[in-house]
Amino acid sequence: MKNSRFFRSTVGIGLMAGALIALPFVAALGGQAWVRILDFAILYVFLALGLNIVVGLAGLLDLGYIAFYAVGAYTWALLASPHFGLHWPIWAILPIGAGLACFAGVLLGSPTLKLRGDYLAIVTLGFGEIVRIFLNNLNAPINVTNGPQGITLIDPVSFGAFKFSGVTQILGVSVSGPQKYYFLLIALAMLVIVINLRLQNSRIGRAWQAIREDEVAAKAIGINTRNLKLLAFAMGASFGGIAGGIFSAMQGFVSPESFSLIESIMILAMVVLGGMGHIPGVILGAVLLTVLPEVLRYGVGPLQMALFGKMLVDPESLRMLVFGLALVLVMRFKPAGLWPSPERQRELAEAKQ
Amino acid sequence: MDIFLQQIINGLVQGSIYALVALGYTMVYGIMGLINFAHGEVVMIGTLVTITVAGSLLKAGMPVALAGLAGLIAAVLVCMALGWALERVAYRPLRNAPRLTPLITAIGMSIVLQNLAMMIWGRNYLTFPSLLPKVDFELAGANFTAIQIIIVLVSAATMGGLLLLVYRTKLGMAMRATAQNPAVASLMGVNINRVIAAAFVIGSALGAVAGVMVGTYYEIAHYQMGFMLGLKAFTAAVLGGIGNLAGAMLGGILLGIIEALGAGYIGDLTGGFLGSHYQDIFAFVVLIVVLMFKPSGLFGEKTGDRA
Repeated sequence: MKNSRFFRSTVGIGLMAGALIALPFVAALGGQAWVRILDFAILYVFLALGLNIVVGLAGLLDLGYIAFYAVGAYTWALLASPHFGLHWPIWAILPIGAGLACFAGVLLGSPTLKLRGDYLAIVTLGFGEIVRIFLNNLNAPINVTNGPQGITLIDPVSFGAFKFSGVTQILGVSVSGPQKYYFLLIALAMLVIVINLRLQNSRIGRAWQAIREDEVAAKAIGINTRNLKLLAFAMGASFGGIAGGIFSAMQGFVSPESFSLIESIMILAMVVLGGMGHIPGVILGAVLLTVLPEVLRYGVGPLQMALFGKMLVDPESLRMLVFGLALVLVMRFKPAGLWPSPERQRELAEAKQ
Repeated sequence: MDIFLQQIINGLVQGSIYALVALGYTMVYGIMGLINFAHGEVVMIGTLVTITVAGSLLKAGMPVALAGLAGLIAAVLVCMALGWALERVAYRPLRNAPRLTPLITAIGMSIVLQNLAMMIWGRNYLTFPSLLPKVDFELAGANFTAIQIIIVLVSAATMGGLLLLVYRTKLGMAMRATAQNPAVASLMGVNINRVIAAAFVIGSALGAVAGVMVGTYYEIAHYQMGFMLGLKAFTAAVLGGIGNLAGAMLGGILLGIIEALGAGYIGDLTGGFLGSHYQDIFAFVVLIVVLMFKPSGLFGEKTGDRA
């Protein structure tokens, strides 16, 4: 019995690993654009799981998460591009980016974490906007961020001589840039999944959940709520910083436009739509919300042609319209998210009775 | 000194627009604890409807005053219907859902409304027809226009009307009761569904009035204009203490004045290091500082633990 279960789970993991390895090559059949979409899906999985620590585990509504992503992205952009003539290695930049993002998280969190619920939400939202406005305007009198034009020609990720941009031959297979990033991102995503899993049932994770459910009670049983909330904030921020760095390297270009409020909201939507606090749900949410708009981009135009024989409405706005409706409908019929944790489902069922 | 007075006047005008929009957020929040992120979009629709209605009536040769009034009425009616539909379709089914669920729905509705508006009115900037005479006044070295005076007066009158409604009518009493405790209010015979729908409808009507004023003031409109306006107005509502009507009004006016003064003086204060394009930062910096010292906003009551 035991052996067969072991066998089955090994086969399961093997199949999944095989599928994950094959995926970028299958996607490449539809063009490298699809591989890039996959890359973004995984990047968003990473970001959403980082935010999940803050919102899902600790219950702190953060609407400015993108600010930490921006800090990481600009750290990479400034330390590895011709803008300042610096080309530091990944070993230096990624920790600095994560550290700065973490510092920003503590800076924002320490005065504001005593705020409750929606007040915290609006303060984080304001912080996100402040960061974006600074990025947009810090091109004068000293040109730090190059303003709205952004920073270009950013170095790709590289380990020694191995670069993540351009095509390389690995074991006789030619692997494109986006495909290489795919494997890097998968590795990072695995790391954040493991951290999330380990945190969930650790002393810290339990304390976070206690704070989420009832802060006063958590305090009463001796949990240092202030420090733990700060820790959640800082940890989420560091993940945002790392993701930002990779984003910057992958794109080769950053501008303040990528860090608007709507991005923060989208990541939050991934967490909530998937199933807050439940790791498989959050992954599902992130993948769905990245891939759905792209599928719609390719699907909406031709569908109109097929149905009506002409373009009735601008496909770009129709795509976003359908996307917005999808958000509304999912929340309408699955209020706890598409794939909520079993406990949450139970709670919801009890609340209904 | 002239700049000071000038910026106070500009801030007051902008602030009374913020205040009207903020009331829409605060009414809904006070009664059901929901941040209605789609409210900014309702305001935007109000502006765009006025452009269509007033613009085409003007073209048909109707006198300016009548066309403007028709535009305003049309905007208010459309927005009221929109507010009612939003509540009915998107939020009512989620009354007992987890707290963040309606927030995502609100964001979804906001995306839907923006793109609907883009389909109807296109993605270009539209000019708002000039409905009010352009007369300039001067007071102690500061200039202001008739439009500015009318904006302040109209928003003051609208807010006065709202206060009368909330504190002097039966519906207002029902609203206040629901805000305090929906379950008990419903035991006292208050029809909760009707009260919540009324909050949405009234808030949207105020938003429509604000939308028309924004259009008259800036003479330009766009399908994305609701976003920043809504964000600022929501900030104003939180600044004053969300859920509190007087707080939203004062928060709005305060925010408008702080922004205007900040934009006017930031260059001098920082020795030219930061320019007036940092204007948008003030709203958020002030918000963070105020909440650090008054965690429930300037006039808010202590909120319960709802995170």
